[in-house]
Amino acid sequence: MTVIFYLSSVIALLAAAIAISRRNAFHALLYVVVSLLAVAVTFFSIGAAFAGALEIIVYAGAIIVLFIFVVMMLNLGPQAAGRADGLLTPSMWFGPALLALTLLVELSVILIRATGTGTSDTAVGPREVALSLFGPYAIGVELASFLLLAGLVGAARLGSGARSTGGDR
Amino acid sequence: MTAGIPLEHGLLVAAGLFVIGFIGVLVRRNLLFQLLSIEIMLNAAGMAFVIAGARWGEADGQVLFIFILVMAAAEVAVGLALLLRLSNRFGDLDGDSVSSMRG
Repeated sequence: MTVIFYLSSVIALLAAAIAISRRNAFHALLYVVVSLLAVAVTFFSIGAAFAGALEIIVYAGAIIVLFIFVVMMLNLGPQAAGRADGLLTPSMWFGPALLALTLLVELSVILIRATGTGTSDTAVGPREVALSLFGPYAIGVELASFLLLAGLVGAARLGSGARSTGGDR
Repeated sequence: MTAGIPLEHGLLVAAGLFVIGFIGVLVRRNLLFQLLSIEIMLNAAGMAFVIAGARWGEADGQVLFIFILVMAAAEVAVGLALLLRLSNRFGDLDGDSVSSMRG
């Protein structure tokens, strides 16, 4: 299990790093799917099977498919790189990457200096998650339903006008 | 309780994923890639929750992961609808093209 965790962690980090540096949107999306599946494998390896299943179903199965639909609607092909071409030169990403890597180094120092505490091997199954979700966290479920309704209304409103008002500026 | 992955290693992976997504948001000007990078960042936050929950053997981490999942789904629905509007109006997905918007 330990080997699986570290292997899939490396895959997740590599795939995410490749994904944000692609010019082609489809290639980036496929690398993100690989990254999400690798994260799901790490969840399985630490005993959080329900979270791993949700990661595959909702993230890789629903959210990324939504991205793919949008890329298909916008007809983004290799030609879409266009103006972004000049933005991927080393001088453009050196500054932001340096700042972000400084953040990573700080986080790493804090985490490495902490004393080692192992994760427990007890698997937390869907039953415990459901009992906790609909017990003490029931108010969170209600708020999440509000958020989803607001997202639905917002997406329907914004999406319905996309075709009709496209022409006039 | 003895075996298993050290908590810090799991949190390091989550921090690495978060920083990669952060670099994506800062460097890319294409709004589709920025949304994708935000998804990577949210995923890293959820991973930190799940790993911290696994440290204690409790379900709370996975419950909060579900909440992050809900938020990511709502965010991506509205974000992609805005992206379609933007593409129809300006013809490309460059975030800088919106800076000329009036009002």
